[in-house]
Amino acid sequence: MAQLVVEDLSLGYESQAIIEGLNFTVNAGDYLCIVGENGSGKTTLMKTLLNLKTPLSGKITTGGDLKKNEIGYLPQQTIVQKDFPASVREIVMSGFQGQCGIRPFYNKEEKKLAQENMERMGVADLAKRCYRDLSGGQQQRVLLARALCATRKILLLDEPVSGLDPKVTAEMYKLISDLNSDGITIIMISHDIAAAVRYASHILHIGDTVFFGTRDEYLASDIGKVFLLQQGGEK
Amino acid sequence: MDILIAYLEYPFVRYALIVGVLISLCSALLGVTLVLKRFSFIGDGLSHVAFGAMAIAAVLNLSNNMIVVLPVTVLSAILLLRTGQNAKIKGDAAIAMISVGALAFGYLLMNIFSTSSNLTGDVCSTLFGSMSILTLTPGEVLACAILSVIVIIVFILFYNKIFAVTFDENFAKATGTKADLYNLLIAIIIAVIIVLAMNLVGSLLISALVIFPALSAMRIFRNFKQVTICSAVLSVVCSLSGMIISILTGTPVGSTIVAVDVAVFAVCWIAGLIRGGN
Repeated sequence: MAQLVVEDLSLGYESQAIIEGLNFTVNAGDYLCIVGENGSGKTTLMKTLLNLKTPLSGKITTGGDLKKNEIGYLPQQTIVQKDFPASVREIVMSGFQGQCGIRPFYNKEEKKLAQENMERMGVADLAKRCYRDLSGGQQQRVLLARALCATRKILLLDEPVSGLDPKVTAEMYKLISDLNSDGITIIMISHDIAAAVRYASHILHIGDTVFFGTRDEYLASDIGKVFLLQQGGEK
Repeated sequence: MDILIAYLEYPFVRYALIVGVLISLCSALLGVTLVLKRFSFIGDGLSHVAFGAMAIAAVLNLSNNMIVVLPVTVLSAILLLRTGQNAKIKGDAAIAMISVGALAFGYLLMNIFSTSSNLTGDVCSTLFGSMSILTLTPGEVLACAILSVIVIIVFILFYNKIFAVTFDENFAKATGTKADLYNLLIAIIIAVIIVLAMNLVGSLLISALVIFPALSAMRIFRNFKQVTICSAVLSVVCSLSGMIISILTGTPVGSTIVAVDVAVFAVCWIAGLIRGGN
């Protein structure tokens, strides 16, 4: 079942297009990794998928029973959050805001779900701690718990492991992959091509040449081979 | 103490205290959001706009200058918060521009069309609040009280939404919260608070009323709810003690309140250091 269909999408700033004629489909349960060089428009694409930016042209349709307020998002951290006085619970609860509509306060069911999501992400014992006092990995898990409050269907992640050490990075990938096994669709921007080809079911490579297909097709393609070699060489 | 009780016999002193408490409560509530959104100076900018608007009202010889000042300030607040997101002139520069511009025009207008014999005094009292809090009419007190209560109710009803938009605007938007609408709401509330607070401390000192309680509370507490409540309590205590000190010793109301705010911030800062952390 197609959850997200992108047709002939062009992205960019003002009239300058970065990406043109982009087509791809994300089905329920897919694990899509978006890879590409810096400045190729990965984050712009994600912001467009999230409705934060309007595309220059083209169409994004959400299919199946996916509604606009059922998308979970793990953004890159902002400066504001670095010294924000907020407890873990407050942040996780704020994931429900999109579903609240005009209702001013959270209900019992949402409080229970927030607790479950914190347990699922292993941050339940931090519930009363201040967000800014946590380690980078813990912060990411808190934000992931918040994203889970916003969705049970699809998660968009913008470089979820940037700035984390290798051990925490591995844990994070495991966590995301577990969520995917539980049936949540994953769309992830990644710099880490090795991890992308290990975990993803589909790869979208954007840049001078665009590739969309399954992981195996990507590994067999020319662009995939070249990119893997380059990235592998850097490490 | 006796002197204080004697003063409390006068209705205008009671009015001043009531209005002072309400205004400081409102300003502290929104202060936390403003400081965290990096909009600390918006209070300053808007208060200068309000000063300009007040000058226009004075020139037009309007008896109730609220009619001019409130809409103009609300409009500027909306413009300023709008430009924050996608503007050719960045947020801080826009605030600086509007604020000094309004200040200059305000003073210019007052000078050219002066209706009063004591121009410097008028300007000084608009800028520093001096005694205007003690000369409020019952009607103004009522208006002030109603607006304050509305601000407090709106804040409580939208508390969770304000938190979500302050902490992570992109996430809020992406997951279906109408972040722009709530930013607009925040802008309007701020403008109302600024206009109200001009009576208490004057245009130049409003920022202090907005940011000091929030910064003090952030030294001590580490979650949003506690910070908000603490900031409100600190603000009310500071304003009340500032007003009482100024009544007893005859110092200017606005600057006394701000001085107390600064002192409390210093205490909180040290308390935060002792408690450990940053």
